[in-house]
Amino acid sequence: MDYVVEMLNIRKEFPGVVANDNVTLQLKKGEIHALLGENGAGKSTLMNVLFGLYAPEKGQIRVNGEEAKITDPNVANELGIGMVHQHFMLVEPFTVTQNIILGSEPTTFGKINLRKAEQEVQALSDRYGLKVDATARIRDISVGMQQRVEILKTLYRGAEVLIFDEPTAVLTPQEITELMQIMNALTDEGKSIILITHKLKEIMEISERCTVIRKGRGIDTVNVADTSVTELASLMVGRDVSFEVEKRPSEPEETVLKVRDLVVKDSRKVEMVKGMNLEVRAGEIVGVAGVDGNGQSELIEAITGLQKSESGNILVRDKEITNLSPRKVTESGIGHIPQDRHKYGLVLDYTIGENMVLQTYYKKPYSKYKILNKKEIYKKANALIEEYDVRTPSAYTKASALSGGNQQKAIIGREVDRSPDLLIAAQPTRGLDVGAIEFIHKRLIEERDKGKAVLLISFELDEILDVSDRIAVMFDGKNVAEVKPDETDENELGLLMAGSKKEKAGGK
Amino acid sequence: MNSNRLFNILVPLISVLIGLFAGALIMLGFGYNPITGYVALWNGAFGDLYYFGETIRQVTPYILTGLAVAFAFRTGLFNIGAEGQVIVGWLAAVWVGTTIEAPMYIHLPLAIIAAAAAGALWGFIPGLLKATRGVHEVIITIMLNYTALYSANAIVRNVLSDNEDKTPDVAATASLASEWFQNMTFFSRMHYGIFIALFAAVIMWFLIERTTIGYELKSVGFNQHASKYAGMSVKRNIILSMVIAGAFAGMAGSMEGLGTFGYMSVQSGFNNLGFDGIAVALLGANTALGVVLAALLFGTLKVGALNMPTEAGVPTELVDIIIALIIFFVASSYIIRWVILRFKKEEK
Ligand SMILES: Nc1ncnc2c1ncn2[C@@H]1O[C@H](COP(=O)(O)OP(=O)(O)OP(=O)(O)O)[C@@H](O)[C@H]1O
Ligand SMILES: [Mg+2]
Repeated sequence: MDYVVEMLNIRKEFPGVVANDNVTLQLKKGEIHALLGENGAGKSTLMNVLFGLYAPEKGQIRVNGEEAKITDPNVANELGIGMVHQHFMLVEPFTVTQNIILGSEPTTFGKINLRKAEQEVQALSDRYGLKVDATARIRDISVGMQQRVEILKTLYRGAEVLIFDEPTAVLTPQEITELMQIMNALTDEGKSIILITHKLKEIMEISERCTVIRKGRGIDTVNVADTSVTELASLMVGRDVSFEVEKRPSEPEETVLKVRDLVVKDSRKVEMVKGMNLEVRAGEIVGVAGVDGNGQSELIEAITGLQKSESGNILVRDKEITNLSPRKVTESGIGHIPQDRHKYGLVLDYTIGENMVLQTYYKKPYSKYKILNKKEIYKKANALIEEYDVRTPSAYTKASALSGGNQQKAIIGREVDRSPDLLIAAQPTRGLDVGAIEFIHKRLIEERDKGKAVLLISFELDEILDVSDRIAVMFDGKNVAEVKPDETDENELGLLMAGSKKEKAGGK
Repeated sequence: MNSNRLFNILVPLISVLIGLFAGALIMLGFGYNPITGYVALWNGAFGDLYYFGETIRQVTPYILTGLAVAFAFRTGLFNIGAEGQVIVGWLAAVWVGTTIEAPMYIHLPLAIIAAAAAGALWGFIPGLLKATRGVHEVIITIMLNYTALYSANAIVRNVLSDNEDKTPDVAATASLASEWFQNMTFFSRMHYGIFIALFAAVIMWFLIERTTIGYELKSVGFNQHASKYAGMSVKRNIILSMVIAGAFAGMAGSMEGLGTFGYMSVQSGFNNLGFDGIAVALLGANTALGVVLAALLFGTLKVGALNMPTEAGVPTELVDIIIALIIFFVASSYIIRWVILRFKKEEK
């Protein structure tokens, strides 16, 4: 058998959890091998074992048929294993080339030969169609480009096996298509790829085989050609998963959020929201569709008080909240599931319990006379962990030790539980497994049915179409069209998002 | 979590042992017997009640400067300015102690509060600049150390005395000196300040671990974005942290001004209480209890070392090297750890 990498019966424990238990994964040369499992199933852990970040308690790793002891990432590099992490590890002020050669700088007589490196990097980029500018600075390029820099980094170090940990979670649909092309180009050249993703469609589309793990245990490896999305989902969750979002028609009532002629600049003083108008009523879910970078983030930041708006108004139940502080905004009944969970959503060094009261710690019963009541805080935390199925050893575990999806579930639990009049959900299901997505969508609809207003921002058209009662298309900082989900489809939305005008009635 | 706690205890212990071992090697290298050397050190710190009293006297300000650095550290700030905060606190305490007349129950607290307020002001300045202008606190606090030193000297010479090198003694009503302690410890300079220092450690623990104030301060130190999202004022918390840290250091100054010396003299250079506070905080893993224990160790080394030349014949220069080695190993292990944690965070 010509397996390039074999991980046999791997076991990895953390204090209080068995993250991997008897997991086997065999990677053939030239294949794209998907790794599937629920949030916290142990996918990232398994890959970190392969990449030498964690030492397994049991099991064997074989590279090209020979047993290998991968004690740290340098060993992995030498064996030709590279990893594209979900959270990039790039130095922002440096250029693409500087980032790529960091740690293995080519030198002539002790002096770094940047020119030569640039040429090499550029050649590598062209060869695989990555379209990266070797001289650009990291902070000036998009998230999708940064990811390609990470790919180049592994290729530059001579990787034959590439590990991708949820690469598509941060990408726009367009970028995802391009990434797929890149992956195919890589395997055509004989590289082998392990791909972690929660999007079953992607697995069906691009991979040859798929290994499924559930709660740390290896379940099966299947040929993708012989399986289906539903079968994969039930293998992974251990029960049947419904992909249909069940919901009654909405019964919108009074207006909760009103945005009028809003203008917002981003932190670099570039106008991103250019006269936005939007209304969300009680008892409805309004989805904002749009290509990333058309002002969605700035719109949310302005509503939640994280960014000052230049002009225009934001009203909640007819009360002006324009440019109020985040605290005042929260207290006027707004909940916010932020797009960037590590930046805004969590204090990673705090425990899950402490994170669960991030906006309410100063209120009773969590504190009195400024003295924290830890018992109440952890009681609440445990209730939320239970209800939202946050998989963590305990409420005392640091947020940083949770798997990405479980961090997200913790944030969603915290925000939804406050039952705000207006819930702003930005990419709420990014990085979640299908079971968790189903659950979150149900909760959003439940909030709606309770008479709350929900504003959903997502780059996933499926999600927008499935969950919203009304869709607002955001293009170039403006609300350019409003459509009903049952009167439109992905194609029409795609065109609207690209800026083409809508002729049919129904727009604002 | 458990392994983390073990780590927190093991690292400083091992560092101290390595430091002592390195010190022993130095003594051996220069032909001195390390065992007699360390026995002399021990005797110098705990040999009799006088030495014991002196050790406690030294531990007192160390606890407070250690807290000043540790408190800022816990909230993501590096307070290198404890040195200057000590000086202004000392000055303020002596100023109040020498110029005001009042009964003890007013005078003494007033003098200590004045010291805390002066230190707090010296912390407020870098806090304000960091919060509003983004200037790094390390730069400002270092500069303020010199401002404090030279201004205090000028005031001692020209305002609090008539061109002399020291101020008059503080009034008895503002003194921390304790006849009872002195009698017990063969007239060491041990004073009541140790109770204040221990009480301050309890305050720090309580503030950081049990109150919403500490929750906010730590949160801002860990992640400013999330703190802003949660509705906390990032600026206010940065300033508040430096103010509280400065107040601790200012109180350390009052320990010297109202207790140990009872006056303030013109100082040719820094007395290092603040800088040693950095090492105390590092060794104490930035927790209140840790700081108290680390201050005890530092006080012991500092006072005990004075006995090494007389009893073991080890020259003072060598003693300084040995002490510095111990501090070096202690501090470097922690700085390395701190840097690693910092980098980990920044990578994300
Ligand atoms: N550094 C760590 N310390 C303690 N526990 C950890 C650590 N890293 C992961 N875990 C635990 O191990 C389990 C597996 O986590 P892992 O990150 O591998 O999940 P995952 O399959 O990648 O999930 P997701 O899809 O949500 O990213 C989880 O229960 C998690 O809480
Ligand atoms: Mg993961």
